[in-house]
Amino acid sequence: MNVTVKYFAVCHEMLDRSEEEMDLPEGATIKTILKRLEEEWPEIAEFYEVMQMSVNWEYATENTELSEGDEVALIPPVTGGFDV
Amino acid sequence: MFKITTEVITGAEVREAVEGPDAGAVVLFFGTVRNNTDGRAVRCLEYEAYPPMAEKKMAEIAQEISEKWGIPRVAMVHRVGKLEIGDVSVAVAVASPHRKDGFEACKYAMDRLKQIVPIWKREIWADGETEWVKPDAVFFDAPKPHKTDPQTD
Repeated sequence: MNVTVKYFAVCHEMLDRSEEEMDLPEGATIKTILKRLEEEWPEIAEFYEVMQMSVNWEYATENTELSEGDEVALIPPVTGGFDV
Repeated sequence: MFKITTEVITGAEVREAVEGPDAGAVVLFFGTVRNNTDGRAVRCLEYEAYPPMAEKKMAEIAQEISEKWGIPRVAMVHRVGKLEIGDVSVAVAVASPHRKDGFEACKYAMDRLKQIVPIWKREIWADGETEWVKPDAVFFDAPKPHKTDPQTD
């Protein structure tokens, strides 16, 4: 199955791309994507602890199962708004 | 109104989005770009967002406010792109029958925005260096109910 994976902010910079299509086996979860990214760039694993993931605009976990056409995103710690 | 925009944010648009005859108060909040962070001079800021998810999460915050305070109308707008010192980066408007609930709900909206709305800020320092902002410890330690595993709920 094919899913779209989006990368933002520090992830976008680390991987040098903002999104890509991934062909995944049936039954794949977000963890499947994380492992694949780790093979390409091992240091990214250090960020997994503080990073969140989403599927179709909703926060998800590593164990969330994926379906054809899903939009997955890696969400670094969010810092919108202001600082006061 | 829940919006990610590259345009200048005006007070009028967020106020008009919430006004109504049952409101006794409209609380408006603007976040603006400050010229320093902990004393280090800032040249400008860059914001990036995941717009469809950000707007969905803003709508969820408004739903939480509706459930907590019975306030039906909240507007949230966040600007993205390169912002100069003094520019408005975020605006929140809350219309409520009474001011106390309005102030509380407006603060709640901003606190939640900083927790769950996917928006990121990069500081461009006056010396030319750049840095993605890390959230402070409060938000690293805060409970994250949205991250609970549905399999263990």
